[in-house]
Amino acid sequence: MPKGIAVDKQRRLRERAAMSDTTLLLTITVVVFFILYLAAILFLGGSFAKPQNFLNILNNNASLIVLACGMSIVMITGGIDISVGGVTCLVCMTCAVNLEQQGGNMMTVILIGLGIGLAFGLVQGFLVAHLGIQPFIVSLAGMFFAKGMTTIVSKEPVRVTDEGFLAVKDMRINVPGLGAPNKLGVYIPAYVEAGVVIALLVVALLFCLLRWTRLGRAFYAVGGNSQSANMLGINVRRTKFLAHVLCSLLAGLGGILYFLHVGSGDVANGAGDEMNAIASSIIGGTLLTGGVGNVAGTFFGVLSLNTIKRIVASLGFDEAWWSNITVAAMLCLFLVIQSVVLLRRNKK
Amino acid sequence: MMTPVKDPKVKTKQAGESGLKRLTRHQMFIPLAALALLVLFNLIADPSFFAVSIKENSLGNPVLSGNIISVLDNASELVILAIGMTLVTASSGGQDISVGATMAIAGSVILRMVCGGQITADTMQMPLLLAVLIGILVSMVFGAFNGALVAYFKIQPMVATLIMYTAGRSIAAWINNNQLPIINDQVFKYAGTFLPGVPVPTPIFITALVILAFWLILKFTTLGLYTQSVGINANSSRLNGLDPKLIKLLTYVILGVCVAVAGFIRVSRSGSINYSRMAENIEMDAILAVALGGNVLSGGRFNIYGSILGAYVIQFLTTTLYKYDVPSTALPAYKAVVVILLVVLSAPVVREKLASLKKAPAKTAKEVS
Repeated sequence: MPKGIAVDKQRRLRERAAMSDTTLLLTITVVVFFILYLAAILFLGGSFAKPQNFLNILNNNASLIVLACGMSIVMITGGIDISVGGVTCLVCMTCAVNLEQQGGNMMTVILIGLGIGLAFGLVQGFLVAHLGIQPFIVSLAGMFFAKGMTTIVSKEPVRVTDEGFLAVKDMRINVPGLGAPNKLGVYIPAYVEAGVVIALLVVALLFCLLRWTRLGRAFYAVGGNSQSANMLGINVRRTKFLAHVLCSLLAGLGGILYFLHVGSGDVANGAGDEMNAIASSIIGGTLLTGGVGNVAGTFFGVLSLNTIKRIVASLGFDEAWWSNITVAAMLCLFLVIQSVVLLRRNKK
Repeated sequence: MMTPVKDPKVKTKQAGESGLKRLTRHQMFIPLAALALLVLFNLIADPSFFAVSIKENSLGNPVLSGNIISVLDNASELVILAIGMTLVTASSGGQDISVGATMAIAGSVILRMVCGGQITADTMQMPLLLAVLIGILVSMVFGAFNGALVAYFKIQPMVATLIMYTAGRSIAAWINNNQLPIINDQVFKYAGTFLPGVPVPTPIFITALVILAFWLILKFTTLGLYTQSVGINANSSRLNGLDPKLIKLLTYVILGVCVAVAGFIRVSRSGSINYSRMAENIEMDAILAVALGGNVLSGGRFNIYGSILGAYVIQFLTTTLYKYDVPSTALPAYKAVVVILLVVLSAPVVREKLASLKKAPAKTAKEVS
C-alpha cells in the first residue's frame, strides 16, 4: 500500500516539525515567567528590578522548589502526592523538638528529616504501586496523618536557639556581580541562603536523572502508557514505587530546607505547600495525566507562581487570603489550558 | 475501575456461596460490623456512654442529652455531605475535597445576608428562608464550577476540587471582609440547636428530611440509574442516549445543595463563623463515610444508605475518641489510619489474596493465570 506509507511518512514528518508536548509546555512556562517579570519591572517599578528581590524569591521558596520537583516526578508517572505539605510540617516540628529538647545536632536533624520522608514514601509507594490504591486517597490520608502527628509531637510552636543550627541558618552565600549600594552608599552584595544551593543542586540532579538514566526514562514510559511500558519490559510497579519514595524523600529534604529557612517548628508550617507544589508543577508543564513534564519547567513554575503572588500583593491586594485565591486561579487557568491543548491534540 | 457490576467473575463466585460468606460480602457488612465493634467497645469500657438524660439547656428548656444524642446531632452535617459525596463518587469516580471550604462559603454568605453586612446583629435583617436559599444558590454555583472542570475539561475530580479547597476559605473570609459576623437572634439558632418545646436537636430532623428527600428522588426519578451507568461506563451510556457530562455536572450541583444545607446547620449552631476552622477536615470524614459504606471509590454502583450509616459510624468513632481525651487536633492521624486500613482491605489485590488463602491452591493458580 504505497499510498498509506506515504501518508504515514508525511504525518511523521509533520510530527517531527511540531514540538513535543514537553517542549511546548516548557516554552509556554518560560515565556510566561519572563513576560510576567518584565511586566512587573516595567509597570510596578524598582522593587522588582533589584537583584536581591529576585534572589529572595529563591530564598523564600527553596523548600517549595524541592517539593515541587518531587511532585513533578510522581505526576510524570501518572500519580499525585498531596502529603508533601504535611510531611514538611512534621519534619519541621520533629527537628525543632529534637534540637531544642533532646539535644540533637545538624546530623540528627538531617537523619530525622530524610527518615520521615523515607518512611512516608515506603508506605505510600507500597500502597499505590503494589496494592493499586488511588494515589490521591493514599496521600490524602498521608497528609492528615502527618498533620495529626505534628500536633502529637508538639502543639506549641518550638523556636530553635541551638547555635550550631543558627550558624547554618544564617549562612549567606554572596552572589558575585550582583548587588547594589544602599542609601548610605555602602555596597551590599546580593546573597542566597544555603538552602537555595541545595535546592538548585537537587533540580540539576533530577534533571539529569529524568533525562539520561534508565529510571528517569522509565518514569516517562510508565506515565505515558503503563501497559506498553510493561510490554517493553519495564517493571511498572517498581517504577511507581520508586517515584513515590523519591517524592516523599524530597518532601523530607524540603522539610529540612523549610526548617532551615524559618528556624522553628509550628503546626502552620508548610500549610498549603502541597497545593503550591502541584500548582508549580502544572504551571511548569507537567501533565496530570502523566508522561509529560520536566523539572526545569517546575523550577520556572515556582518562580512564576511567586512572581504572580508578589505582583498581586504589590497591586494592593495584600491581605492574606489573596495569596490563596491567586494560587487557585493560576492553577485553574493552567489546568484549563492543558486540558484544552490535550483535547485538541487527541482530536487530531 | 474495578466495579463489582462489571466483573463477571465476582457474580459467578457469589452464586455458590454459603450464607455466612454472602453476609460478609454484603455491602452493609463493613459499616455494621464497625458499628457493632464500637458499641461493644463502649459497652465494655464504660456502659454509661449510652446513658440518655434530660437536662435544661441555657434557655431553660428541657432537652435530651447524652453521648448517643450528640452522635446523632453532630453527625448531621456529615450525613448530608456523605449523601452528595456518594453521588459524585458514583458518577465521576473521584471525590470532592472542597466540601469543607464550600461549607465555609455557604455559611459566610448566609451570615452576611442575615446580618445585613453588619458585624453584630440582634435581629435578622432578612427572612431566614431567603438567606438560606441564597446560600444554596451560591453553593450550587461553586458546585457547578467544580462539576464543569470535571465533566467538560476532563480534569481528575480531586485535582479540580483542589482549586476550591485552597481558595474556598479565603473566598469565605473575603465575602465578609475578614470580619466575623455574629447573629444573636435566637430564631437563627433554632436550626442548629433546639426548636422551643422540642427536646430533640433540630439537625436530626433536618437530616431526616434530607434523607427522605433523597429516598424519594432515587425512588421516583432515574437519577440513581443514570449516575450509576455513567460511573460504570461513560461511553456506553453516551451511546445509549445519556449525556454523561451533564449528569456528572448535575451530581456536583446536587452536592453543592447538600454542602449549603450542612454549612447552614454548622453556622446556626453558634450563630458565628471561623473561616479557617469551620468544618475543618470534614472532607476526609465524608470520603471515609462513602468508603466505609461499601461504595467503590472509583465510581459506579452506589448505595446511599451505606454512606449514611458510614457517616454515623464515623461520628460515633469521633465521639468515642473525644471521650477518651484524644485532642481534636490529633484526630486526623487516627482517622487516616482507619482510612488506610479500609482501602487496603477493599483493594482488589488484597481481596484476591485473602480469597485465595481460603480456597484450594488449584483455584488460586487459575486465578493468577
